Amino acid sequence: MKILTGNDLKSGAVTWWTGKGWSLDVNDAADIGDDGAAIIAREEGAQNVFAAYVVDGEKTAGAVRPAHIKERIRALGPTVRPDLTLKPNDPDAIARVV
Amino acid sequence: MYKYDEYDQQMVDTRVAEFRDQVSRRLSGELTEDQFRPLRLQNGLYLQLHAYMLRVAVPYGTLSSAQMKVLGDIADKYDRGYGHFTTRQNIQYNWIKLEETPDLLAELASVEMHAIQTSGNCIRNISSDQFAGAAADEIIDPRPYAELLRQWSSFHPEFLTLPRKFKIAVIASDTDRAAMRLHDIGIKMVRNAEGEIGAQFYVGGGMGRTPMIAPMIRDFVPLDQLITYSEACLRVYNRYGRRDNKYKARIKILVHELGKDEYTRQVEEEFAHLLTQPIEPPLAELERIKTHFADPAFEAGLSDELDLSDPDFALWVGRNTQAHKQPGYVVATVSLKPVGGIPGDASADQIRLMAQLAKDYSFDELRVTHAQNIVFPHVKKADLYTVWKALEQADLATANLDTVGDIIACPGLDYCSLANARSIPVAQKISERFGSAERQAELGELKLKISGCINACGHHHAGHIGILGVDRKGVENYQLLLGGCEGADTSLGTITGPGFNEDGIVDAVEKATNFYLEKREDGERFLDTYRRIGMAPFKEAIYG
Repeated sequence: MKILTGNDLKSGAVTWWTGKGWSLDVNDAADIGDDGAAIIAREEGAQNVFAAYVVDGEKTAGAVRPAHIKERIRALGPTVRPDLTLKPNDPDAIARVV
Repeated sequence: MYKYDEYDQQMVDTRVAEFRDQVSRRLSGELTEDQFRPLRLQNGLYLQLHAYMLRVAVPYGTLSSAQMKVLGDIADKYDRGYGHFTTRQNIQYNWIKLEETPDLLAELASVEMHAIQTSGNCIRNISSDQFAGAAADEIIDPRPYAELLRQWSSFHPEFLTLPRKFKIAVIASDTDRAAMRLHDIGIKMVRNAEGEIGAQFYVGGGMGRTPMIAPMIRDFVPLDQLITYSEACLRVYNRYGRRDNKYKARIKILVHELGKDEYTRQVEEEFAHLLTQPIEPPLAELERIKTHFADPAFEAGLSDELDLSDPDFALWVGRNTQAHKQPGYVVATVSLKPVGGIPGDASADQIRLMAQLAKDYSFDELRVTHAQNIVFPHVKKADLYTVWKALEQADLATANLDTVGDIIACPGLDYCSLANARSIPVAQKISERFGSAERQAELGELKLKISGCINACGHHHAGHIGILGVDRKGVENYQLLLGGCEGADTSLGTITGPGFNEDGIVDAVEKATNFYLEKREDGERFLDTYRRIGMAPFKEAIYG
């Protein structure tokens, strides 16, 4: 699947396109097919997000997994600070990313 | 230390106001990201892997306790309770919100700090010896010259759009503690046969994807020509440095391709021209700056005795303190490398504690080192035990300076958008594998440096043992280098062979160090043994 990511303008936080809006949780990411360029133009133009780009991913059992480790770390947070990730109470979260 | 005059303060305050307006226009949509990006980068605000990152300049690594306290407060107020001290003697915050940045910069300005020229193709923060003004082996305090260069390079209109970023280091002792020859310009303050102080210029060093050791192009530049000669070096680079290929745009490539002799000839020609149109600041300005770096009010007649009956304290004193030029005082380094910790990270509370200790016991002064540690430059030996006890309670008393545990590591793929592999987990695993004091003592001086990509922010080329993280089809892989050194005998590490995975690289480091222990002769450091016997036997030990 193709998923779309960018950064929130005010906070810089990593966000994922859900098909209707933007979410901090990569599991909310929608398969955008070939619509990436059009969505980026619209959403960046509306100041909803910036530095947006399309990445490859796959969806299994309801979880979206970006193909590249860099995007998986972006989606979770720093692997060396579990307390600062989006899943601070999930001891297996980092193992799934790496 | 240097105090801003009205011009310095006005420049910084004006920049804060200007950036506040730019942020406001960005948030309102008046500025696009393409328009805003160069403006935020000029103020040290990057977009990194998880959020905006702010890099704050610490000129030549020198901080007052008041400045350090504000850095701790900022970590709490604007970030997530910590900061990261970098290999450029700066501090970075990883979780900054754009809308809060102007207020953050205003707080920095209130203690004479900023984030200007910590990004972009300009002259970056001037770095220096972290023991400047305290070291027993320096011929003079290098910081006034670094400060003069800071003033010259700040907003220098000719050098704000260089072909590539530009880094300068200034030292004043034979023991190079600033990796001087791995800078675009390295300046070593020296004394000539007549006893006059001047500057020795090394140009064209650097790490990154094409590491080079800077050759000396002039052995003595008089003090009243320091800025003029620097200007000549930059002018030739600005004129002929490549702008068509960012990977060949650093001055090291120009010096290499022209050859040292031809580059030097052009610099000397430009220098002669510049001498006809005086641009050098008057020596009175240098003298004014020097007054800011006068020695603090050291007490005379103090004892050099230390009570070392506490074995843990004795270990720390042996590892983490250096001789001071003033009897009765010592230079103490706080390791930000606890066993299994994140190199260079410090919590807001730790930062404030170090600020308070500097205020109480080090004449209000601290230094950031390029090895990502903090220095109290002037501690009375009689106070040292009290300082150590306070550090110990805050997990800041790790006794591992310059050992295998004192690892330099860039933020790597955990934070950096340029990285290909994570650096910090590798540093943590090596730190844990070699965590015992006995093992570190057995190995002695061993500088280990890790970068998460070829840009080499973790100085892997200059490690006795260097590690470079690379991307192999989406999988992290780590190359091992041996034989690098950043001191007076600067050398570049050589890759041993095929790379390793995360656990494999830790094992490879252990094989290399075990082989060193087996082969070393009396008094040899790891680097000495490597230089004596060469790569081949180490390679056999690692891969055989």
